[in-house]
Amino acid sequence: MQFWIIQGLNSLSLGGLLFLLSSGFSLIFGLMRLANLTHGAFFMLGTYFAAIAMRTYTDLNIWVTALGAGLVVAAIGGLFERLVLTRLKTNPLGQVLVTLGMSFIISDACLVLWGGDSIPVPTPRYLQAPTRLFGFVFPTYRLVLVGCAVAAAIALYLLMERTRLGAMIRAGVDDRQMARAVGIPVSNLFTIVFCLGAGIAGAGGVLGGPILSAYPGLDADMLPLALIVVILGGIGSLMGAFIGSFIIGFVYTFGTALFPELAYIILFLPMIFVIAFRPQGLFGRVGA
Amino acid sequence: MKWFAGALFAASLLSLPLFAGDFYINLASQILIAAIFALSLNLLVGFGGMTSLGHASYLGVAAYFSALLTSRYGFGHGAAALISIAGTIAMAAFFGTIALRATGLGFLMITLALSQVLWGLAYRMSNVTNGDNGIAGLTRPAPFGISLDSAPAFYWFALIVASFAFLMMAIFVSSSFGSSLKGVRDQPRRMAALGFNPWMIRWITFIYAGFWGGVSGLLFVYYNKYIHPTSLSITSSAEALLGVIAGGTGTLGGPVVGATLVLLLKNYASAYIERWNMLLGLVFLFIVLVMPTGIVPGLNKFASLFRK
Amino acid sequence: MTPPTPNHALEIIELNKAFGGLRVTQNISLKILQGERRLIIGPNGAGKTTLFNQISGDMRPNSGTIKLFGTDVTALAPYRRAHLGLSRTYQIITLFTADTLEHNVTLGLLGLRPSRWQMWRPLSFYRDLASEARRTLDTVGLLHLADHPVSEIAYGEKRRVELAMALAQKPRVLLLDEPLAGLSNSERTTVKSLIASIPRQTTVIMIEHDMDTALDLAETVTLLNYGRVIVDGERNAVIADERTREVYLGD
Repeated sequence: MQFWIIQGLNSLSLGGLLFLLSSGFSLIFGLMRLANLTHGAFFMLGTYFAAIAMRTYTDLNIWVTALGAGLVVAAIGGLFERLVLTRLKTNPLGQVLVTLGMSFIISDACLVLWGGDSIPVPTPRYLQAPTRLFGFVFPTYRLVLVGCAVAAAIALYLLMERTRLGAMIRAGVDDRQMARAVGIPVSNLFTIVFCLGAGIAGAGGVLGGPILSAYPGLDADMLPLALIVVILGGIGSLMGAFIGSFIIGFVYTFGTALFPELAYIILFLPMIFVIAFRPQGLFGRVGA
Repeated sequence: MKWFAGALFAASLLSLPLFAGDFYINLASQILIAAIFALSLNLLVGFGGMTSLGHASYLGVAAYFSALLTSRYGFGHGAAALISIAGTIAMAAFFGTIALRATGLGFLMITLALSQVLWGLAYRMSNVTNGDNGIAGLTRPAPFGISLDSAPAFYWFALIVASFAFLMMAIFVSSSFGSSLKGVRDQPRRMAALGFNPWMIRWITFIYAGFWGGVSGLLFVYYNKYIHPTSLSITSSAEALLGVIAGGTGTLGGPVVGATLVLLLKNYASAYIERWNMLLGLVFLFIVLVMPTGIVPGLNKFASLFRK
Repeated sequence: MTPPTPNHALEIIELNKAFGGLRVTQNISLKILQGERRLIIGPNGAGKTTLFNQISGDMRPNSGTIKLFGTDVTALAPYRRAHLGLSRTYQIITLFTADTLEHNVTLGLLGLRPSRWQMWRPLSFYRDLASEARRTLDTVGLLHLADHPVSEIAYGEKRRVELAMALAQKPRVLLLDEPLAGLSNSERTTVKSLIASIPRQTTVIMIEHDMDTALDLAETVTLLNYGRVIVDGERNAVIADERTREVYLGD
């Protein structure tokens, strides 16, 4: 019983982490029709940021770090979008390839700067004591992570549904031409969304640090998960990214726990299922 | 004039081992293998209009099959090669049915996800694949009893295979099927209205591309006598894609030129720069931003300026 | 003298299609006889091209049946319908712009032949295809441009190539979607005479937005509006019908 509860919580926290990772990816794909292959690297940058910052300043608050990383990664993303991606408006394939190239540059840069060993990110001290719930003992941080994902989901929901910016983004996702025709500054919107997506990934990287640690190859581990979540949940749908993240969180956690060697195949089954029977994903509005 | 240049080129290829040292002969062998791999990918990307980021799967699967069958299960090279290729074709057929549910970016994402799954398997199923250690101590086949262990012998073997591959793919591309493939790439709706079955054409091409990818995988594992999960990674697929795009996707020569460039860059750069991945990324950015149609079309245009 | 029940070339039975709340095809039923020359007219947005898309299979109806010479094709993919003798041209030019005219028509010829699956012989080896393609180009008066890429020819000539591609397959039913759109007067006359000379074995169904241009090519006319059939019958009867005037003048 203990096993199931623990794995269940691990699933939830992984799901939460995946949401922080893939919500940005889904937004970027939904609005810009761009499969941002740099996304794993953005996440990893956040994790390294946390690892290095908190190694140097041992009392650094993780929330502040997440905010800081989010801003830094958003800035990097914004520069990349403005300097490179906008020049490739007519070449969608080229856009994908440069995001791939960028991911190589970032991941190698991390290797150069911080070496090949895995660097842990400390769990905040006040969250280190385990929580007692229903007679079971849970690692507190993992519970908090789920909370973060939910908070992020709510914040994004409010942004998309209740603000003018969100309305513009939704209009752009639905019909880019029309949005332009109505006077929505689509290219500025692109930059904003790219920064937002990258920033969330960076912040997510920080928050995921205590669980994952910063190591070379983290980006390559996370990117396919983001892809699978978005394929499963549907592109451009926040709800899809949310539900998809938790489904994958469960599938991956239990899969790895029960059949460690086949974990990757188990991951891939829901994806094949969705692609075979419902290619637009569970909640997708934009077809792959 | 063209015939003479072609003959000269063929002659120099054939006679390379006679005047070059082992290092260069081996480099040439690697180029031939990379060329076959790039050409197979270009069937999808350039002629089929289907950009795949998972082509390394076919190279890797064939290589691993051959490695395991010969080193662990005692198969002879001939049988192992046949089974490996059969396995690769079956996998391509299966992956194709999944990936072709989408086009464009969806297709790209699915091929990427699928190849990552294979990479993950190669990495984690250590009791089968030896995981991160890779499988070493492999042997090269000895067709008709001729040993391929020397650099020249392997080179000529690779040259024969590569020439055959090039010829087959050239015929494929100019055949009626090839024309219908290009038609589906350019105007799928129109082609369907004319009676062509776009899905079937794409699927068959996908399998054929996987087949040649597998062939290059066999040559790869014979040459290196070693296989490691990295050969199945995104980087491996990306290098091939870069080669194809850098060289120029619309032609047969383009991918060969591009693959050569990427290989040379990799071999020489790694002597000076440790960070191959970063260089690869920068080259990607450069090529896409500055030379999107690739080198060979660029050169063609250049040459036609001279003709005028 | 009761003739056997004629197999209508095309039969559409209670076709319906909606996009969300927008009903683009509302209960359309049509019967078109073999060899007929039917014109489908209606204002913009009446659902004419949507109807064509469902007939050719590019779009799936929500309900209803489409029969080609008695065979139910409603669930068949577009390429299958081509093999049953259906051919169409599009409103937008969908030619292979980088290829020569001869190559374009050759593709048209190849679509129904088993040799389209051949992977081991260059296409240029098929001399008979090349000569038939050139013959087809000749019937539309474009033989002199056979070796030019489509990108280099005039718009009116492109329309003729489209027609050539569709006719190359000797279709039993030919759908022409606004074949005269954007043509100059002289080009229009050329294309009209080409359409008029299509053999009787081919049933021709044509969409035209502008009534006057195509009326003389039609024997029967169907007027659509808001996805519905408003009037349907002999040309002169439809022209004289009150409802026709309402649709075109009442807007």
